[in-house]
Amino acid sequence: MEFRSFPFLTPSFTSLFSAKKTAGVMRSRRLRPSTFWSVRRGIPKPLKILMPILGAGLPLLAWVVLSYGRLVPEIFLPTPVQVLRAGGELLKDGVLLGDIFASTSRVLLGFLAAAFISIPLGLLMGTFHTMESLFSPIVGPVRYMPVAAFVPLVMIWAGIGEPAKILIVFLGIVLYNVTMIADAVKFIPDEILNAAYTLGASRPVLLFKVIFPATLPSIIDTMRTNIAGAWNFLILSELIAAQQGLGFRIIQSQRYIQTDKALFCICIIGAIGLLTDYALKKLGMSLTPWVEHNHA
Amino acid sequence: MTKFSITELSTHKNPLASHHALMLPVAEFAPPKLCVREVSKVFRYQSEPLTVLENINLVLSPHEFVCLVGASGCGKSTLLKIVAGLTSPSSGQVYVDQDRVTGPGSDRGMVFQSYSLFPWLTVAKNIDFGLKLQNLSRVERHERIAYYLDVVGLTRFANAFPKQLSGGMKQRAAIARALANEPEVLLMDEPFGSLDAQTKEQLQLFMRDIWERTQMTILMVTHDVEEAIFLASRVSIMDTHPGRIKQDVVIDLPEHRALEMKSEPSFLGLKRQITSLI
Repeated sequence: MEFRSFPFLTPSFTSLFSAKKTAGVMRSRRLRPSTFWSVRRGIPKPLKILMPILGAGLPLLAWVVLSYGRLVPEIFLPTPVQVLRAGGELLKDGVLLGDIFASTSRVLLGFLAAAFISIPLGLLMGTFHTMESLFSPIVGPVRYMPVAAFVPLVMIWAGIGEPAKILIVFLGIVLYNVTMIADAVKFIPDEILNAAYTLGASRPVLLFKVIFPATLPSIIDTMRTNIAGAWNFLILSELIAAQQGLGFRIIQSQRYIQTDKALFCICIIGAIGLLTDYALKKLGMSLTPWVEHNHA
Repeated sequence: MTKFSITELSTHKNPLASHHALMLPVAEFAPPKLCVREVSKVFRYQSEPLTVLENINLVLSPHEFVCLVGASGCGKSTLLKIVAGLTSPSSGQVYVDQDRVTGPGSDRGMVFQSYSLFPWLTVAKNIDFGLKLQNLSRVERHERIAYYLDVVGLTRFANAFPKQLSGGMKQRAAIARALANEPEVLLMDEPFGSLDAQTKEQLQLFMRDIWERTQMTILMVTHDVEEAIFLASRVSIMDTHPGRIKQDVVIDLPEHRALEMKSEPSFLGLKRQITSLI
């Protein structure tokens, strides 16, 4: 029967398939429905609630088991309650708020300075080939040079005060901003630019009234992505003679082997990161109401 | 600014000149609105020169509605872009009101195939974009926006963003934006190409109606022969490889057109004639 339906195949060859395919009739490939593995379709509410609980709960459970079960020495991994208590202590000592303020303002200043430079530069490089050719010999290679390697030089150039720390945050993200914004400009469809030209737009009008608003959603996304990077570089910058700051506190805690305090500070950085991300997302939605936001 | 005379025009060295001369409205004394003279365009394709347009001559009188038809790849969109000033020709010139075109400008409004509305502006602000650049007074801008929104039937959607509109509505908004600028020539690049059949017919009626009322000079590119006959007062047929204008067909249908005409013998005759030429 199999052999008859595929006369050009030898029996031994068809037998390779016969184990899986009944009656040897080749079926067309059809997608079997799946709820769990659905691609780009919503999932039912129970799954929607369960999955995040699993995602957050399992690592937390592992932490609880490892720490309370004494599977890992306390000095390496304190219990969740100990971490919270350490946070309470930091707060009581009056250092926590100062640390948060010092770190946040460093990140913010470095981040704003980077935005201030990178938005115009990225737009120019994305728009004009001349500007791209002019700046890419610097932007391209320097982007691949690790900022950590510049830390000693920054100390020589800018000393060990606040400017040095802000400079490191700035250097860490500015070139990433530039390349991402320049790329966003290149994704503007030609017809949008052509439409502007045929309506009488000059080049400055094109740049300010078309290219800038067209890339604004991407610019905000770039900022959202790179502010996480800014926090990375902050810790690096607080290695330099800091008196205050979350990164400084973590290094301090390491010195006294206070893992609980270090973990608490890391969690605080995570929380600030989430908050800024949420704030930038909301800002983006109100600044760019024309964008289709898939996930509200 | 380069001026040229009408007589000079009809004596250009074109192998098809004698044929063209019959079709060109040289007998009328009104100077042409748009004039394409001996335009050629050569692209480099894998380091080989590829002639996309060869010696194109095209003249539009004021208030003419000309459709360029031809097989895909015949360079008709490239020609339109050259007229718009968005691409420069390898040789030849384009004149609007006897002024030589050197780049894009608001005297040649354009409607594109895909929706080229600015997604960050509402429909009214999209229309306002060109008006602001013309330094019109606030009152005048408001009047024009209201007028053209009414013309395209989108008054209720003045404050909607493009993403909230259907395909046909987007295209109507794009047409309103181009019209509101009151260009000398309106260029349209397969404006209804991506629309469904019903919307397409509605917009054809709408476009013809606008033209009858405004008597604007329109050059439109399409691959839809029926659409070209229905809309145009003259159809220019383009040849492929290299792209050149093969023949002009004057559409001698009644001025006021209705969709029922599409099934009349005279219409079908024109359709057969033009289709056979492509």
